[in-house]
Amino acid sequence: MIEIPIVRWGEPYESMEKMDVVHFESGETLAQVHEANAGLIRMDMRKARRAREILREFTIEQLVDMMATAGEYYVNDTLPLGNGDQSPDDFCKMQSATTGLPEHMCRMNMTKNAFVMKNMHQILDALTRGLPYNILSDGYGKEERDVMVSYQANCNAAGWVLPSNSPGVHTLWLPVIPLQIGLVLKPGPQEPWTPFRMYEAFAKAGIPREAISIYPGGTAKGPELGSAVLETCERSVIFGGLATIERYVGNPRVSAHGPGFSKIFLGDDKVDDWEKYIDLMADSVYINSGRSCISCSGIWASRHTAEIADALAQRLGPMAPLPMDNPESGLAAFTIPGAAEAMSGQIDDGCKSDAVTEATDQYRDGDRLVQNERCDFLRPTVLHVTDPDDEMANTEFMFPFCSVVECPQDQFLEKAGYTLVGSLLSDDEALGRSFLDATNIDRLNIGEVKTIQLNWLQPHEGNIIDFLFRARAYQDSPPPPH
Amino acid sequence: MSDLATQVTEAKEALDAHTVKMVQWHFNPETGSPFWLDQAGDLGFDPLTDVTCFDDLKKFPLFEDDSLRGGPVQRWIPKGLADKPAYVFETGGTTGTPKSRVVMDDFRIDYELFSETLPDEMFPPGSNWLMLGPSGPRRLRLAVEHLAQHRGGICFCVDLDPRWVVKLLKKGKTEEAKDYAAHVIDQAMTVLEAGHDIKCAFSTPKLLEALALRLIDNGSSVKEAGITGIFCGGTEFTPQWYRFAREELLGPDVYITPTYGNTLMGLACGKPFDPADDYKITYYAPQPRAVVEVVDFDDHTQVVEPGGTGRVKLYTLTDELFIPGFLERDEGEREEPHEKYPWDGVSSVRPFHVFAKTTTVGVY
Repeated sequence: MIEIPIVRWGEPYESMEKMDVVHFESGETLAQVHEANAGLIRMDMRKARRAREILREFTIEQLVDMMATAGEYYVNDTLPLGNGDQSPDDFCKMQSATTGLPEHMCRMNMTKNAFVMKNMHQILDALTRGLPYNILSDGYGKEERDVMVSYQANCNAAGWVLPSNSPGVHTLWLPVIPLQIGLVLKPGPQEPWTPFRMYEAFAKAGIPREAISIYPGGTAKGPELGSAVLETCERSVIFGGLATIERYVGNPRVSAHGPGFSKIFLGDDKVDDWEKYIDLMADSVYINSGRSCISCSGIWASRHTAEIADALAQRLGPMAPLPMDNPESGLAAFTIPGAAEAMSGQIDDGCKSDAVTEATDQYRDGDRLVQNERCDFLRPTVLHVTDPDDEMANTEFMFPFCSVVECPQDQFLEKAGYTLVGSLLSDDEALGRSFLDATNIDRLNIGEVKTIQLNWLQPHEGNIIDFLFRARAYQDSPPPPH
Repeated sequence: MSDLATQVTEAKEALDAHTVKMVQWHFNPETGSPFWLDQAGDLGFDPLTDVTCFDDLKKFPLFEDDSLRGGPVQRWIPKGLADKPAYVFETGGTTGTPKSRVVMDDFRIDYELFSETLPDEMFPPGSNWLMLGPSGPRRLRLAVEHLAQHRGGICFCVDLDPRWVVKLLKKGKTEEAKDYAAHVIDQAMTVLEAGHDIKCAFSTPKLLEALALRLIDNGSSVKEAGITGIFCGGTEFTPQWYRFAREELLGPDVYITPTYGNTLMGLACGKPFDPADDYKITYYAPQPRAVVEVVDFDDHTQVVEPGGTGRVKLYTLTDELFIPGFLERDEGEREEPHEKYPWDGVSSVRPFHVFAKTTTVGVY
């Protein structure tokens, strides 16, 4: 049995309490993970300064190079895992077995993480707008244009309270170590695999273990541990639902990531050619089993919406669960009892509205909800919604789900609400300008870009540099007379 | 027969005799409480003749603690104690009517018995105490104060309203709850820094952790603050927390002992620390005044096998209160008798798994 200890600034710590991480289909225990208590976090965070000091013994360039090497190890090597080892294939199988994500999707996410690690220099260069690294390390310095700038780290260590359902989110914390900031991870109960594998890949690449802490905990302990991370780290990121987002609104120490409500908007100048974009729309909805905050959950247009919904339904409706190791498997399993049933019930309730029609049911051989002994599935669902104010016009679920919403073009922005990724298909300059000005859209794509096609050189839900560093005034000589 | 076996037998005989005595008291029309005298006719058996040993208490239906809500609380006072001054202690009450227990002397007796289990070298007689726990209409406040007085000391207390903390947490106001916790620790720090020569303390795990970390942040420690003995209670006192407290919060020179109890039962003591136990926490009720059983999840009349897991069932058998079996909101493992406590104990107490998802534990 693999046992995975807590990591306290690089030191393994065996807890008196352990949780079983089990295969969602077979019930087999894949590993025992030692559970932290909140006091450990509170105690350790009093030594967070040391993590930053150790990382500052290296240059950012060196850490970026180590990160690239670690990316190779992460994706290709057999690495230690607690008291055992884990090959890349084992990793995909284990991650699939506990998160319900098909193995090929786990591999895709692994590749995505490795890509970010190997391209860290380009990513940091983009996110810092070309700032010389020494300015971040030293806290001040002159740019090529001979202007003094100063960036001060907001924290010695950044905390991440991670989810279980989407291994793709790990890309977001990868820049922390190269930025010479300590890393504190509270893994999701079903997804301890990525944090521990990354940790070992980092260490093999020469990144000091002392810069990283990992505090696992099961479902019962999770809130207490997450709360301790948020309480003690000067900057932290948490993933959760709308309630989590609302709780931390306006709190500069916490960046809360939640549902994306990502959408595709078809301008009036393009909507008559909607068939041309059906692949783009379908991929945006179902890739990664619709589990990401960047997965499309709404397609908005002023006309042809019934035909678009029908065409998407024909494409997605027949998709059914397949074994997790089948490379064609497109649907992730829900491993938390009752979750899928609750979502399906919510959709059924929504469909009672006169403005809502499900388009997929006629193309699906069976119910939306597929219940198995140890897990459930939700088969793709496309709704046609004729009222943009209807609740189902702007909702999101963790499976391939999409509402095709009929809405006048001039009301898109007003009615669409918060949108993490908005892809606008239009050459209408005025419409494009209004989208550029809209602050309710976080990542804006104007052109034929799927919502799930992220360019890593762009910031995601805020620029991590702005979150971790503070631009401030710094002078080492009097200013010119004025 | 081994010494322990003899002790176990004797304890069982004492419990049987005590049970009969208590039933005779509570169901005698001259001495019993209005509540139990009213119940007697509906039981389907005669407690005065049909209860001859502890196991006969299983003839009673489970005690529903909702019976404790609302007035008149005088219905709980045994007629035999009607002339005694009474306290009312409450539990719960964030919303709605709290559960009340009327007490005359039980809290003093319980804590005097508990006092005998405390090692004098770590809880020096005559030393002063810090009560870092809930104030207001709670038994704990007066009980700890009595414990301090019983041991010849004076108890210094803080203001702590757990109902307010629960309200804050239910509204998602975690920052305000943290501010409130800091306010409580501020009070404790003021007491510790005021030259009161405090050597002993009661605390909850959360508050002790916060106090110890505050002292560490101030370049001090619980030990340097002068405290040598702490007793601490609640289901948050887990083996991992116990280890963390001993190894990191307190150090080897500060004694900490777990306790488990509630307003209904009194105080169960922790088995003395033994490295061989690997921080397993085992509690023993103050038998025969109270009894803890670990019972089958589906049949509360069946005690599980030693080592087995089940629901915690409490009995209170004092002159003041008769509880012939109440299912706690906790579960744990049944433990074998110990030479210091020759009757069954319960270990690894934690919230009952069915309730665990919805219960807010350890708010203070």
